[in-house]
Amino acid sequence: MELLRIQQIEKYYGNRSSLTKAIDDISFTVDEKEFVAIMGASGSGKTTLLNCISTIDRVTAGHIWLEDTDITTLKSRELNRFRREKLGFIFQDFNLLDTLTAYENISLALSIQKLPAKKIEEEVRTVARQLDVEDVLSKYPYQMSGGQKQRVASARAIVTNPRLILADEPTGALDSRSAKLLLERFNYLNREQGATIMMVTHDSFTASYASRVLFIKDGRVFDEIGRGADSRKQFFNKIISVVTLLGGDVSDAL
Amino acid sequence: MLFKISFQNIRKSLRDYAIYFFTLIIGVSVFYVFNAIEEQSVYLEVSSGTKEIIRLLTSMLSGVSVFVSLVLGFLIVYASRFLMKRRNREFALYLLLGMGKGKLSAILLTETLLIGIGSLAAGLFVGVGLSQVMSALVADLFEANMSSYRFVLSGEAVLKTIVYFGIMYVVVMLFDSVMVSKYKLLDLMQSDRKSEKQRLKNPILCIVVFALAAGMLGYAYYRVGFKPTGLSEKLVPRFILMGAASTFLIFWSVSGLLLHIIASMKRMYFKSLNCFTFRQISSRINTMVCSMTVICLMLFVAICTLSAAFSIRNSMNANLDALCPADAALYYEGYDRDSGNSVSVKGQDGLDIGAMYERYGCDIAENFSEYVQLSVYHSAEFSWADSFGDKAEEIMTQYPFLAYATLEDIVTVSDYNRLMELYGREQLKLGKDEYILLCDFQSMKEVRDIGLAGGAEITVFGHCLQPAYDHCLDGFIQISSQHLNTGIFIVPDETVEGIEPMQSFFIGNYAAESAAEKAAVEEKVRETYGYVAGQAEQADPDSRIRYFLTIDTKMDISEATIGLGALVALLGLYIGLVFLISCGVILALKQLSESIDSQRRYSMLRKIGAEERDISRSLFRQTGLFFLLPLLLACVHSVFGIRFAMVFLEIFGTEKMLESILITSGIILLIYGGYFLITYLCGKSIIREKI
Repeated sequence: MELLRIQQIEKYYGNRSSLTKAIDDISFTVDEKEFVAIMGASGSGKTTLLNCISTIDRVTAGHIWLEDTDITTLKSRELNRFRREKLGFIFQDFNLLDTLTAYENISLALSIQKLPAKKIEEEVRTVARQLDVEDVLSKYPYQMSGGQKQRVASARAIVTNPRLILADEPTGALDSRSAKLLLERFNYLNREQGATIMMVTHDSFTASYASRVLFIKDGRVFDEIGRGADSRKQFFNKIISVVTLLGGDVSDAL
Repeated sequence: MLFKISFQNIRKSLRDYAIYFFTLIIGVSVFYVFNAIEEQSVYLEVSSGTKEIIRLLTSMLSGVSVFVSLVLGFLIVYASRFLMKRRNREFALYLLLGMGKGKLSAILLTETLLIGIGSLAAGLFVGVGLSQVMSALVADLFEANMSSYRFVLSGEAVLKTIVYFGIMYVVVMLFDSVMVSKYKLLDLMQSDRKSEKQRLKNPILCIVVFALAAGMLGYAYYRVGFKPTGLSEKLVPRFILMGAASTFLIFWSVSGLLLHIIASMKRMYFKSLNCFTFRQISSRINTMVCSMTVICLMLFVAICTLSAAFSIRNSMNANLDALCPADAALYYEGYDRDSGNSVSVKGQDGLDIGAMYERYGCDIAENFSEYVQLSVYHSAEFSWADSFGDKAEEIMTQYPFLAYATLEDIVTVSDYNRLMELYGREQLKLGKDEYILLCDFQSMKEVRDIGLAGGAEITVFGHCLQPAYDHCLDGFIQISSQHLNTGIFIVPDETVEGIEPMQSFFIGNYAAESAAEKAAVEEKVRETYGYVAGQAEQADPDSRIRYFLTIDTKMDISEATIGLGALVALLGLYIGLVFLISCGVILALKQLSESIDSQRRYSMLRKIGAEERDISRSLFRQTGLFFLLPLLLACVHSVFGIRFAMVFLEIFGTEKMLESILITSGIILLIYGGYFLITYLCGKSIIREKI
């Protein structure tokens, strides 16, 4: 079933004399329970695309449909509500609140939805188990490793049962072992919990955990490959070959 | 080039500088306004007596200005260092790019100079405007006519402001340069990575410390607020120190307890952004304890100064009508130059005050429509110590600092009743062998009431007298603007038969109706008085015994009262305002920099979908708490501080205390509340995201 539909969106920066087309007519759809990765060099527009979908940024033209809602028409007050109820965010730099413990960070997502305290406790414990962060719940962010922080951030993103999880370079600040651990959790969430995940990355290894990869170059969709029945290793090699074709700094990043 | 960088730096960090600039402007304008009072008052129509008081006021104001400039100077240095710290990263960049420290100092110097000149100009502009309003206030306080008033620009005050603030800016520049020379590049670059460690205090320790501090404070309150007469001068600083220390400890422990308590209230804690709000507060309250203590104490000083000043003014003016019911009073008394003791006026050829005027060919009753002449007696065997009856010992141990050797004033009941008829006050009835004690000085009344309640029997000139009442009656003989009567014994006439009076008083009303007529009569009365007093002075210059005359007139008293009231009110206003503003600035700076530091956290909250309303509420609560906490404790302090002050204000009267407290609250609400509002709104705009 189709969850997200991007319809001919465009995003321009600057003024008439110097116009930058960050996104230049992109359209695609994401189905429910899909795990999509978006790849591209820096400056290709992938982060802008994610910001537009996450309603942090506004598109210049085009429409973005999540279920039955056209989010490009939402007013700023509705946007907060939309973000709160439909989306979950995972950022490269974790974006945990440094003054709060892991438990409080996760619970905050629920308490701003005005959930009763008892229910909050239950939900936090459940996601903590799913993301294997139960033993750091009472710690502050500065007491945790990068991998733990990112898993706590992921727990916060999914604790509200969002329709769509948006991850912006989630492994960008992690070492390879932590990255692997995190991505396996993503896979678990995707397969076992039926979460829909959309992830932006420039790292082919990270992308190889997804079920489908979209390549973006100069604000346009350049290519798209699905994993199908391939193993992760085979899929990884396929991605590498597209990246080579794509050129630019994505291949440099390998 | 340097100038350009400096200028752009200011423009760039305008938001940071706004509150600094704003503060400087207020500081400059307040400074100007109070120092311009002298020249402003030139155009007020006031008497020469009031002019004298205004001169006294201005000399006091310039003295206080030195103190004020110290406070403001401290504030400016604090604010500028605070702003410097915010820019450590920027400085690190300059140094990293190879800029020398000398050049960096030069940039800062130019910035300070630009801001200094700008704020001085703006502050003086505002100050000149405000001082015109101040003139109206001064005129009102001195009850002067303003019809000949015109716009005044006080060159002297302008110059003084420029010099004082110039010095302050130079000090700031020196401080900045010293700071720059101490910079280490590594520290600057890492200054952003402040330790995020949150030390949660041990709750039991917090409770113990809190109990200790509360106990200490309670004791200090009790001693200062409820038993002020038992305090000697040496003890007062000790209790002030005790109060300050316990203030610090209370903030320390409350800050620790607060989070523990709230974190344990799960339902409340996990509601909306509460947990974020409380963590925000608790992450800072540890570091804020020191500044909150300072702010609390400064607020305390401001509140006490303001309410005491207004109370003195209001009460004095109100007392004038009640306590000064006659136009003039002349007092005639004598003393021994060698021993300093009073001697009987009868000693001088058996003269009383009227006869004395006659001796020099004058009629004392001339110019008076009605008058009373009365005598005051002293008995060498009847001092304060002898007036308490059986309770004497108890009182003397409880109040060790009273002057017990002072001889009591004794007046006959018929003399007193004649005076009361003139005053239009209630007359007294006195039985045989009875006495009545009059006293309106509150703390002395308390002491005397103990004796009367014990039925103190007294012996005056061989007569044994019983108290007619078990407490002092309200009353006085001499005209004044204050409750100054520490005790007068009213006795039956026969008690003083054959005794020589110690003092002779003449009190009366002028034979005149309108104010102008009265002023003319007063001039005549004074002329005669001057002549007689002068003659008496020369009469027998070598004698050990001196006799002298004094005069009190309603006009003098009221002028002095109004003038003194105005003086006190203005001084109080000056000090109070400066302290209030300083508190507001320190809090605002801290809070705003906190908002800037937390920008990322707020944008995070928005990303996970927090409502704008909830975010604003969270900020409001954070700002509110940091403004409210010191104010609350300062208010509690002030309750006892004012109680203490009332003992000393008693001679001025404390009837109008409530009114003064209301005015003070109004001023605090306006300035402190204003700072709160500005801080909240600025903070809100800082954390608002640009989409």
